[in-house]
Amino acid sequence: MNVLYFAWVRERIGVPRENIETSAATVNDLVAELRAREERYAVAFADTSALRVAIDQELTEFDAPLAGAKEVAFFPPMTGG
Amino acid sequence: MRVVVQDAPFDFGHEAQAFARGHTSMGAIVTFTGVVRDTNEAPLEAMEIEHYPGMTEAALTDIAEQAISRWSLGNALVIHRHGRLVPGEMIMMVATAARHRKDAFEAAEFLMDYLKSRAPFWKREITSQGASWVAARDEDEAALERW
Repeated sequence: MNVLYFAWVRERIGVPRENIETSAATVNDLVAELRAREERYAVAFADTSALRVAIDQELTEFDAPLAGAKEVAFFPPMTGG
Repeated sequence: MRVVVQDAPFDFGHEAQAFARGHTSMGAIVTFTGVVRDTNEAPLEAMEIEHYPGMTEAALTDIAEQAISRWSLGNALVIHRHGRLVPGEMIMMVATAARHRKDAFEAAEFLMDYLKSRAPFWKREITSQGASWVAARDEDEAALERW
């Protein structure tokens, strides 16, 4: 699964994207796996209420299932306009 | 309907004229333009706008389609830049065309409210004191509730 990071999430994790082998059932499960990996993930995902997530480029919730997902992106609340 | 995401500057006058042209049944054209402003304590050197290629275009298209389905619009335009911009540069513009001004104004406000909080752009301000990400404002999220 392609996992993408934007803005300060990207800066904290240190890469813009990576390919992750996971059997996580939901976004929350994936976040828990990542947090357990290394400190930089734990720091980036310390507070998921300060984050947004998109599955296959559609905004969704952290309890959303990952079945069939090709791309998951994590980023802070958007600041367009 | 036209949605553009680009790093290059755009010519507001040209875009507004081109948008207005060809809508002889439309009595109202509303445009809004966002400009990089310098209101920080430390002078702003630049603003860097990051985006999510692919999702950005899809999100803007979805927002524009929602506006067209909710109001009686003849056309809608959204242009949004990414990359490095300096104070005074135009970041983005929206334009709406409708038979009557109420539809054109409301749809333009809807477009702005949604793209501020739902289109995947992130702003980073560069000053002589360093760089910092612009935080989303609660008011911008709350602004969506009126629609």
